[in-house]
Amino acid sequence: MSTFSTDFVRLTNGQSVALDSVPVLDLERFHASIVAGVRGGCRVSALFGAASPQPDATRLYAVLADDDQNLLLAAAADVTGDAYPSLTRQCAQVHMFEREIAEQFGLRPEGHPWLKPVRYRRSWTDRDVWQRSADETILPAVGDFYRVDGEQVHEVAVGPVHAGVIEPGHFRFQCYGETVFHLEIALGYQHRGIEETLLGGPDARTIHLIETLAGDTSVAHATAYCQVSEALAGCAATARGQALRGIALELERMATHIGDIGALSGDVAYLPTASFCGRIRGDVLNMTALLCGSRFGRGLVRPGGVGFDADAERMAELRRRLDACEKDARVAIELLWRTSSAVVRFEEVGAVPRAIAVELGLVGPAARATGLARDIRRDQPSGIFNTAQIPVATCKTGDVYARAYVRWLEIQHAIAFIREQINALPEGAARTPVTACVSERFAVALVEGLRGEVCHVAVTDASGRFTRYKVVDASFHNWPGLAYALRDEEISDFPICNKSFNLSYCGHDL
Amino acid sequence: MLETLIHIAVLLLLPPLLPGVIAKTKAWFAGRTGPSVFQPYYDIVKCLQRSWVLSETTTWIFWAGPIITLAATLLAGLMVPLGRAAAPIAFTGDLILFAYLFALARFFTTSAALDTGSAFEGMGAAREVTFGCLSEPALFFAFMVLAKISGTLSLTPMLHAPATAFAAGITAPLMLILIGLFIVLLAETCRVPVDDPNTHLELTMIHEAMILDHSGPLYGIILYGSAMKMLVLGSMVLQVLLAFLPEREMLRGPLFLVLLVLLAVVIGIVESVMARLKMLHVPYLLISALLFCSFAFILLIR
Repeated sequence: MSTFSTDFVRLTNGQSVALDSVPVLDLERFHASIVAGVRGGCRVSALFGAASPQPDATRLYAVLADDDQNLLLAAAADVTGDAYPSLTRQCAQVHMFEREIAEQFGLRPEGHPWLKPVRYRRSWTDRDVWQRSADETILPAVGDFYRVDGEQVHEVAVGPVHAGVIEPGHFRFQCYGETVFHLEIALGYQHRGIEETLLGGPDARTIHLIETLAGDTSVAHATAYCQVSEALAGCAATARGQALRGIALELERMATHIGDIGALSGDVAYLPTASFCGRIRGDVLNMTALLCGSRFGRGLVRPGGVGFDADAERMAELRRRLDACEKDARVAIELLWRTSSAVVRFEEVGAVPRAIAVELGLVGPAARATGLARDIRRDQPSGIFNTAQIPVATCKTGDVYARAYVRWLEIQHAIAFIREQINALPEGAARTPVTACVSERFAVALVEGLRGEVCHVAVTDASGRFTRYKVVDASFHNWPGLAYALRDEEISDFPICNKSFNLSYCGHDL
Repeated sequence: MLETLIHIAVLLLLPPLLPGVIAKTKAWFAGRTGPSVFQPYYDIVKCLQRSWVLSETTTWIFWAGPIITLAATLLAGLMVPLGRAAAPIAFTGDLILFAYLFALARFFTTSAALDTGSAFEGMGAAREVTFGCLSEPALFFAFMVLAKISGTLSLTPMLHAPATAFAAGITAPLMLILIGLFIVLLAETCRVPVDDPNTHLELTMIHEAMILDHSGPLYGIILYGSAMKMLVLGSMVLQVLLAFLPEREMLRGPLFLVLLVLLAVVIGIVESVMARLKMLHVPYLLISALLFCSFAFILLIR
């Protein structure tokens, strides 16, 4: 084990530690440890600000994931005043985190290469990095954008209102003819202030806010929240509850992945796969509804287990539908791989090299498509994944085809996993009561959602209430990856690059 | 006189059926019922009844574009024979006017697009004229082949020649220009694999991007005009195809209209079984059309 790790408290996924056991380093050492950790193969899972016991200070927490050791490393540092040296130039992964801290706490990272708001909201403190006055209206995407000048260079602005039924986001392309030199993405339209609302929790609303963090990732976020709650209460979900959570999580992944492959096919005007996948996605969502009455798994995952138990008859029905779905999906998706005119559209488009994926800290299918075997279900297992393994699906090329093919592999793995779990569903209660959160604890839970790592970090006060609840959706890590993938690509290939990442806007905007 | 009236009636009434048939074919391939084949008629009537929204940055070019385009297409439609009858307008050298009526339409469509000042419309216009530069020479080589076969420079005898003056010696050139003209038909009518008429993704559009700002009656006119263009160019392709069909004398009668509908089915099948090309690869397809037509000419004159 390398030396940097002595600066951190070590914990495993879904575990809590006493708040005072998280070492508070001085800022220079904090930064040096993060850089050493990232050089040593760790990823920055979360870097966020919180209230500090010191007056006039903001406490920064960092959570690194050491995938080789299956460990999470946490440390903190206090920043006094309204500025601190930026780390982004040494560690690109913290780029968005530092912008987020600047926006939420009014702390200026000195030397940050591109300091812009993340969500275009007011700071939680009375400081403002951009010196905006209190009566000034702050609107998303208003402000400077990276610009390329020159003859024949033109700028294309897309969104926030899009032609399809998708979420709002603004994309600014700097183009030379059909070639994209640079893409800058401005989000924040979906900001609902969930992190602020969660302060002082948990209460009756908390789980519902969590389930709507990102609509199609309800199960993953709810599972992460429940693992945090269980860790803070010092108890565990029932075995049956964990298995049912695993089934729901994989159904969620299957539904979106099938929808994504269909959407990719639709974007290149290949209709058969597009039409069939749209329907099959509905079938998978209905399987989730079979478990809990909601197509997006709302109400299913609850602290201590699951809110709805499944009887044998329901499980038999699920297995029957899963068999039918597997057959349909195989026909529809393998047809796509056999259609050379469609596959050629996906190959060598929007490639992200593996080194860049490591540097940007990409997660999920986008990272696995570059050959990085990075999967929370294997690297930081928790819940059902402690006992049941899912193979990590990877590709090498990092292009649109690789991201699509990784999804197909994951669909097949998910089907096999669900079938296995149905056959060996543990007996016993589906849910166990969870006691109140213990005071002054620090808990981290990671779940491999359909877009990658979903990270929840909770800090409790003396009465066991959240003084900080940090949510990092996979999209927060991956949006810069999409911007990178567009470099030197044709602008007409943006839609397939975008679909191949399929990132969440509201998961990013919180 | 009667033939002229029938020609005009077909030219005015039949076009919206073709996109309807294409949509139905695609729906069938996708396992859906799909809208009625008459849906484009309803759409056009619906659009014509609506009001329109004009951007403050636009000038008369914006609303003149669709109207001039429709007028040019209609006039071009009067020069192409439908079946056995001669076209209402026929004179020596009319093929030049025919080709440049489409160029005129393209000029006004792209001007109207540029008039809006929108980035999407500018990109669409740039793509349209780039690809137009490649499909136009293919069309002219095809015309040269037909002129050589028929010995005239008027579209009616030129397009009747494959069926009437068919001989073993012209089989290969005719087959080559048939392929070339079919590619030109797909490109000019904005179908897969060149363009995707159903997409909502502005960044990938060619023709659709240019008409994003047109609404109401102007949009209805555009829909009608593009359907008519398909009928005009489709008739031209069919006249060449007739050379290879049995019972071609019978097919040149009223059954010609059935052939037109079948052509729409074929376009629908093409759209259902393949994805569209990458934008950078579209010129390769159009250049291949040019090569097919120019080789046909070389074969004929060697």
